[in-house]
Amino acid sequence: MTALLSFRNVWVEYGDKIVLERVGLDIDAGSFVSIVGPSGAGKSSFLRLVLGQEAPSRGEVLLDGQPMRAECGPDRGIVFQRYSVLPHLDARRNVLFGLECAGARVTGRLFGAARRRALEEVDAMLDAVGLLSAGGTYPAQMSGGMQQRLAIAQALITRPRILLLDEPFGALDPGIRKDMHALITRLWREYSLTVIMVTHDIGEAFALGTRVLTFDKRRHDPHAPHRYGATATYDIALERKTEVQGSDAE
Amino acid sequence: MRLVNIRPGRATSLVLGILPVAALVFVYVLASASRHAINPGDRILPTPAAMVSAMHTLMFVPDPMTGRLTLWADTLASLQRLCLGLAISTLSALIVGLALGLVPLVRALFGPLVTIIALIPPIALLPILFIMFGLGETAKVMLIIIGILPVMIRDVAAHVETLPTEQMLKAQTLGASSWQLAIRVALPQMMPRLIHALRLALGPAWVFLISAEAIAADIGLGYRIFLVRRYLAMDIILPYVAWIALLAIALDWLLRLANRRLFPWAGSS
Repeated sequence: MTALLSFRNVWVEYGDKIVLERVGLDIDAGSFVSIVGPSGAGKSSFLRLVLGQEAPSRGEVLLDGQPMRAECGPDRGIVFQRYSVLPHLDARRNVLFGLECAGARVTGRLFGAARRRALEEVDAMLDAVGLLSAGGTYPAQMSGGMQQRLAIAQALITRPRILLLDEPFGALDPGIRKDMHALITRLWREYSLTVIMVTHDIGEAFALGTRVLTFDKRRHDPHAPHRYGATATYDIALERKTEVQGSDAE
Repeated sequence: MRLVNIRPGRATSLVLGILPVAALVFVYVLASASRHAINPGDRILPTPAAMVSAMHTLMFVPDPMTGRLTLWADTLASLQRLCLGLAISTLSALIVGLALGLVPLVRALFGPLVTIIALIPPIALLPILFIMFGLGETAKVMLIIIGILPVMIRDVAAHVETLPTEQMLKAQTLGASSWQLAIRVALPQMMPRLIHALRLALGPAWVFLISAEAIAADIGLGYRIFLVRRYLAMDIILPYVAWIALLAIALDWLLRLANRRLFPWAGSS
């Protein structure tokens, strides 16, 4: 029971369409798990399970040994490829949002000394992702890379147990992507995070992960392609490289 | 150069925009003058001078019966009804639209009802309103509300529904409750759309106001033009219509300004 997150014979079915079958996995605290696989192999379904957006049709998902509630909560943070930040708030207020949700159940806003204390924490987090000088900027005025940095800062402020990344760098330029790799590696170390990242980029999966999972269908019926679901076909543990190539994040 | 590629500059656009309006005024003055040359007592196309003198009386000379300055009293009464109707509609659309757009249970419960009400022609309900609320202010304000509220609710609710799922999920992973999702995520992003819906509702709101006033009122802009119609008083009707248009334009402009000032983040995305 040392695993942070366990999958016990998990199935996901929609009607008679089977998406995931017999998924049995343990994910240790502090690991960086990359998930790759062809489109339609259930990567997104797997992520939705961990996020709590969906419940398994069969089997169970355990978080710290306890069955996980099928609802999103602050113990699991997420960064999507797009739409991860709130467009009507500037960078500081975007990061502050998580603290305000926890600290002000009724008004949803912090005031006075509590707000000042929270903002100090926010600025430290913005500094960690290199956005301190852009605190008053709205997401629409930011580049794609800045928006993803903001999304990461916003997710980390609530100190989630698990950080989920859903193709977080897929829409970024190659150069920016390198910087983001360095950034996420540094944050993963500094905050001792457990990261689960879905990606299309196999190079990225191996460069960042301590463990790479590939999802695919083991069996395939050409007459009924939905008859069999995907599962983790390869599970590769990696000796973690000491430093990701490319420039360190500023 | 192709016609579709010729883009007028600022000054040219202004001149071009004024041109048709000026032409219309010119044609009117010409037609009015020619009618008056044949029949000096013509009432159908009054001269500008006749309109000015008629309006001067309504603006500055107290009415012998009521002691009020007619134009201002009419304007005040009409704007009061209009603004009350708009305010109640906007507030209701905010609450109901937010609940409908955000909470699937509420949508399942009230969505069909709102759709049905939106499909009833509001004027057809006017007799019912007069019977229920009498001929006073309430019925007129209610007509405006019934006329514009369902459309506003549907518009705003649809906008809330189209907010990206990712955003809602992200906010939930940050610990937001349903209430916090409503007031911190959905509501602020809905506000520009609400103001926009209000702007679009201004036109119908004026229609319902004038209709209600035409049928049963003793004061108001709509009441006045339908009253003086009996005397073919085009010298009053035309300036009144122009004044109503001016008020409508001013309200629209104010709302557009408010949207730009209050929600600067909404423009660029």
